[in-house]
Amino acid sequence: MIAEELMAKELEELKDFRGFKPRELPREELVSPGHRACLGCGEVLAMRLVMKALGRDTIVAMPTGCMEIISSSFPQTAWEVPWIHVAFENAAAVASGIEAGLKALMRKGKIKDRRIFVVAMAGDGGTADIGVQALSGAFERGHDFVYVCLDNEAYMNTGIQRSSATPYGAMTTTSPPGKRSIGQMTWKKDMPAIAVAHNIPYVATCAPSHYIDLMNKVRKAALIKGPAYLHIFSPCPTGWRCPSDMSIEVSRLAVQTGIFPLYEVVNGRYKITVRVDRRKPVEEYLKTQRRFRHLTRDVIERIQRRGDENMVKLECQEKFHSYYMNALQYASSPAQS
Amino acid sequence: MGVRVAMEVSIAAAEAAKLADVDVIAAYPITPQTHIVEHLAELVADGELDAEYVPVESEHSALSACIGSSAAGARTFTATCAQGLALMHEILFIASALRTPIVMMVVNRALSAPINIWNDHSDIMAERDCGWIQTFAENGQEVFDLTLHAFRVAEDHRVLLPIMVNLDGFILSHMIEPIDIPEKEEVRRYLPEFKPAMRLDPDRPISMGPVGIPEVYTEAKKQLDEALVASKGPIIQAWDEFGKIFGRHYKPVETYRCEDAEVLLLTMGSISETAMTAVDIMREKGVSVGLIRLRLWRPFPLDELRAAVKGADTLAVVDRAVSTGGPGGPVCSEVRSALFGLPNRPKVLGFIAGLGGRDVTLEMFEEMVNQSIEYAKEGKEQFYELVGVREL
Amino acid sequence: MKASEKTGGIIGWKDLELGCALIEPGTSKGFKTGDWRSQRPVTDKEKCIRCGLCWILCPDMAYRPTEDGFFDSDGNYCKGCGICARECPTDAIAMIREE
Ligand SMILES: Cc1ncc(C[n+]2csc(CCOP(=O)(O)OP(=O)(O)O)c2C)c(N)n1
Ligand code: SF4
Ligand code: SF4
Ligand code: SF4
Ligand SMILES: [Mg+2]
Repeated sequence: MIAEELMAKELEELKDFRGFKPRELPREELVSPGHRACLGCGEVLAMRLVMKALGRDTIVAMPTGCMEIISSSFPQTAWEVPWIHVAFENAAAVASGIEAGLKALMRKGKIKDRRIFVVAMAGDGGTADIGVQALSGAFERGHDFVYVCLDNEAYMNTGIQRSSATPYGAMTTTSPPGKRSIGQMTWKKDMPAIAVAHNIPYVATCAPSHYIDLMNKVRKAALIKGPAYLHIFSPCPTGWRCPSDMSIEVSRLAVQTGIFPLYEVVNGRYKITVRVDRRKPVEEYLKTQRRFRHLTRDVIERIQRRGDENMVKLECQEKFHSYYMNALQYASSPAQS
Repeated sequence: MGVRVAMEVSIAAAEAAKLADVDVIAAYPITPQTHIVEHLAELVADGELDAEYVPVESEHSALSACIGSSAAGARTFTATCAQGLALMHEILFIASALRTPIVMMVVNRALSAPINIWNDHSDIMAERDCGWIQTFAENGQEVFDLTLHAFRVAEDHRVLLPIMVNLDGFILSHMIEPIDIPEKEEVRRYLPEFKPAMRLDPDRPISMGPVGIPEVYTEAKKQLDEALVASKGPIIQAWDEFGKIFGRHYKPVETYRCEDAEVLLLTMGSISETAMTAVDIMREKGVSVGLIRLRLWRPFPLDELRAAVKGADTLAVVDRAVSTGGPGGPVCSEVRSALFGLPNRPKVLGFIAGLGGRDVTLEMFEEMVNQSIEYAKEGKEQFYELVGVREL
Repeated sequence: MKASEKTGGIIGWKDLELGCALIEPGTSKGFKTGDWRSQRPVTDKEKCIRCGLCWILCPDMAYRPTEDGFFDSDGNYCKGCGICARECPTDAIAMIREE
């Protein structure tokens, strides 16, 4: 069975990974201080954690966006690893080329054969909107790389315009609330589901408040051969209109209210990695940010319902795999043939 | 010694890339470029070429992947044309600014709309300022030779710029011509292994493509412009070297029967071959005409062009693209400004011909030359005209 | 001369690396973001349990571990966001207004 083959491959690739220990986290900073992110930026913190989990043998391709601007303003760079910025919509394609280049050079004995993690790291705009075609292509072609979406739920670099990852009801400069608008009128695009639909071996959601979970997922994504997708919740105090000390709290609340559940999907198997027994009402999350200040009771209730339904869906998805495996076993048993 | 084989010119381009032992090919199919990339895919599939073939989902991604692979230190090849080249537009400028020595075949084709798969130069002329070296081939052998030359020049540490080798769609790319294919050893002698000047290497981390603040943007552009202008020396040197090894000689600007010619034609690409025949016919009729063929378009061969036009009264530039609303065809406008400061410069006339696959015939060349002689006699000012357009 | 050594990147085109590349890693360390701060964190070592949360959650990589297992915030980089103070499990960090 192909499903079993994939599981064996995954076990083999992860066999030496024991997980990060809170007291033994890598000390090395691969993104240096002196970067120009706003104070309290959750996106740069997420990026710092990602790089800690990956280590030095990494090449980063980064499209245009906040993280590119704040880390590479001439004549200084925050990067301690090789890094390249080409344009806004093509991080996955650039990473594809790097991966192909390394592969060819190693195979032909032109450079030393060793594991180098190739990572594309983009904002939600660079991922879910303008970069989605290049991303889909790179997933489908099966490059061995990790794609990290740092989701701050809008185009922050250009001044807080909506993206397809902006949540329902949120105020941005291009989804302003008004007489005929509640703010963002559409539900957040489900990028992890789009990634899963490409049948890639690893997809996960992460949040900086749950940094051990985040780092473990990053490491797994890198160790598993083939494409991996990480969707990281990245609070942006500037764009979300919240105090700069709230980034971690907001991230925690997003997980605890079910607004942003943490799970992974390994070869199609869903697993909720941070279980929340008693979810808090979404309002507790919404009221931390002024981008939701204008929301009426009605809209808040819709968001609550949608969140609850999403959690039910996720739990069903989690159960689906064993059902599917049983059905596969049954279908391939001799009695059936 | 190599062998002489009859083959389709597209196949010859792909064979040149194979002999160059490229490491990565990232390309997206578009007529009439397809035969090049199909043949490369086949060579990789059969294990005849040890390379990564990245079947990207668009030309934008093709060139983006090429930048990635070149930055990783791999010898990188791609091919496109028309809509594909236009889709690459944004990334073309970045490939040169990042100094990634990518080699690309541009199988010249008309730009939409109306959609038209046939040959002219509207695709490349829209990209003339993108910072790439740009050469134009006239025949199949030249396509093969210029491809090898392109790798040698692009990767030269005095250059480190991407190159486009232009060949006319269908009328050249799909012809079957005899091609001299050299031995692997000869090629290796001409084209050493690619040694990147810098690359993405975890042992020596660099940041490529940082934010160019106003304090540095001008200097960055100056660096690129200087590099492109200065590449002419290594380009010519690599042609000289090519001549020594393979016995075929190339120059940035070629002249044909220009001695004492009163009227000169100027062409680029495969119509130059027809133009040479036209010149022969007209010379026989006693018309004092010669031909200038531009092989090198970027960097612009200013000195060579000025030397070539010396003594002529009239220069008829044949453009294969319209600069819509502009003062002349793109080549003509540049030639005019290149000659402007020259004392005793010829009168420069502009003829736009062969758009979207319309034939440029011997008769048309004769017509352009006769027209030019007339304009010169009348002292009439002419900016440009579309040859053969129906005024019904 | 290296681009990063000249203030503000005011250099001539001949000094630029190929394609404007920055060949020295981590040079942003030379850009002191501490000036942005209007408040600074002060740790009460009596209350600190040396858990390292302040260090791992700082978006500006400002904390440095000390030999005795505590964490010191580097005034050169700390922007004063207050995350460390809010997240410290024992409330050992106070944010003090800068003059
Ligand atoms: C082709 C193109 N279109 C638009 C832009 C302008 N632009 C630069 S960054 C950006 C938004 C980035 O948003 P996101 O990817 O979410 O990253 P963030 O800044 O939020 O981290 C936009 C619209 C561009 N650079 N290139
Ligand atoms: S705008 Fe938001 S994401 Fe961008 S640097 Fe500022 S806080 Fe970070
Ligand atoms: S978070 Fe608080 S308790 Fe933990 S190390 Fe920092 S100051 Fe000490
Ligand atoms: S206040 Fe913010 S920037 Fe300063 S040390 Fe604490 S977390 Fe870091
Ligand atoms: Mg964003």
